[in-house]
Amino acid sequence: MLSVWLPIRTIWWREIIRFFRQRSRLLSAIAQPLLFWILIGSGLNESFKPTGTSNQQAYTEYFYPGIVVLVLLFTAIFATISVVNERREGFLQNVLVAPVPRWSIVLGQTLGGITLALIQGVLLLGIAPIIGIKVGLISILTTIGVMILIAFSFTNLGLLIAWRMDSTQGFHAIMSLILMPIWLLSGAIFPLAGTPSWLAWVMKLNPITYGLAAFRHSLYLDSHITFTELPTLMISILVCIVFSLLTYTGAVLTASTQQL
Amino acid sequence: MGEHKRIVVDCLTHNYNTRCALDNISFNVASGEVFSLLGPNGSGKTTLFKILSTRISPTSGNVKILGFDLNTQKKAVRKLIGVVFQNPGLDTKLTVNENLRHQGHLYGINSKNLNNRIVELLDRFDIADRKNDIVEELSGGLKRRVDLAKALLHKPKVLILDEPSSGLDIGVRIQLSQHLKELATQENIPILLTTHLLDEAEGCNRVGILDKGRLVAIGTPDQLKSEISGDVVIIESESCQTLAEGIKDRYDVQVVSEDNRLRIETTNAHEFVRDIVTAYPNKIKAARFGKPTLADVFIKMTGNAFD
Repeated sequence: MLSVWLPIRTIWWREIIRFFRQRSRLLSAIAQPLLFWILIGSGLNESFKPTGTSNQQAYTEYFYPGIVVLVLLFTAIFATISVVNERREGFLQNVLVAPVPRWSIVLGQTLGGITLALIQGVLLLGIAPIIGIKVGLISILTTIGVMILIAFSFTNLGLLIAWRMDSTQGFHAIMSLILMPIWLLSGAIFPLAGTPSWLAWVMKLNPITYGLAAFRHSLYLDSHITFTELPTLMISILVCIVFSLLTYTGAVLTASTQQL
Repeated sequence: MGEHKRIVVDCLTHNYNTRCALDNISFNVASGEVFSLLGPNGSGKTTLFKILSTRISPTSGNVKILGFDLNTQKKAVRKLIGVVFQNPGLDTKLTVNENLRHQGHLYGINSKNLNNRIVELLDRFDIADRKNDIVEELSGGLKRRVDLAKALLHKPKVLILDEPSSGLDIGVRIQLSQHLKELATQENIPILLTTHLLDEAEGCNRVGILDKGRLVAIGTPDQLKSEISGDVVIIESESCQTLAEGIKDRYDVQVVSEDNRLRIETTNAHEFVRDIVTAYPNKIKAARFGKPTLADVFIKMTGNAFD
């Protein structure tokens, strides 16, 4: 058993060390979403009232869960993009010729990504009481659980892409064409209700919609506010678990079949 | 196939789609010897390295490492080989010590054994005082030493290196070459490296010359050079074409022309040079002769200049 966990632990640990030695990463993963939140949130606060939501929220409050999810997404992207270069020249080459199964390499990288996402996610949870969201122990614990699931699937989604890419430019292209749109269409900046039906369908098929719904539900558990227009907490969490398993399987398969 | 043949490459062929990168290659490497694969860019040595380091599977043929088949027993082979890549496989944000610990953990080495092994290797490569330095602050030569220490951490039974001296200056290169020879004899392991540098290949026990995916010659540097009879004469001239034809007609020698130079193998070089300088007084800019080098062997075997 030791022989399997030791490599996973060491790959996880490397991700953490690297992160803290690259200060710019911490800044860029948190600062950009926060800036979005302050600028877009303040700009739209007066003119935009989310329709179909069961409680009257200010836009900054509506936008807040979306921003936390964006931080999770950015963290996953920054944690996985290094795979592109390290696989061809540098550190990962050594890992690939070591007697370590690919699934454990991917698991180590994923656990690293989750830890980094959680550190930043929990920091951001500190903002919730400031903007008037009442969070108690149950809210916090459930929200952290949901964040783990979202970070797990984002990191694996990042790995799934990064293990295939030959250049970081390619990764950036995928990021703008796929990763950002799935965040935009998850209910992060506008709710599903009131969108044209084709868009509503896209949003309903988007797994991150359920991640965000689970996040909203869990954040307001202690405030006893329910969101009837969203998929229920149970269904959302179920979708998140399925999506996490799918992305992990995809990432392991990609890492196992890639040569070079 | 004696017990001492630790790397056995048998009829190895590799194609990328329709392009043939390796064409029916066979050779052995024994314990205690440093074997180099010498070839210019595109000769197939990187492909061969990728196969030996278990990163790609060959189209056909097989490789046995200590009797384990590379195609079917990858995991067993991975435990046995130490690999050094062209670009140091180090995490530049980690310290020397952290890099080594990480490597140890990948190979399942536990704390106490790992600590002892790290101290031993840091001493061997004379980098103990740099162990807490972040790798990106180290020079190319030092990085290479850390890289070597890392590859040896799990006591591999076979060491393979891809262009280990690329980016190193000549002094460090000679040091590296000595290190590898000592290592091969002390640990009694076979070491295989790829290189495009003639001086590096000269320093190895045996050399295999690769050209366009074929192994065109194999032997000790001296054996290879003895295939050339006598000396090599180099003549520089503005009118190589006519000069080459004239010399071929007049003497019974093989003439290879490259750019503004002619290369001729002959036994009585000093008399030959005297004769042709007299015979073609205005056509020769410079003439010199010397003992053959591996570059001459390469030209003889392939008909192309080594570059």
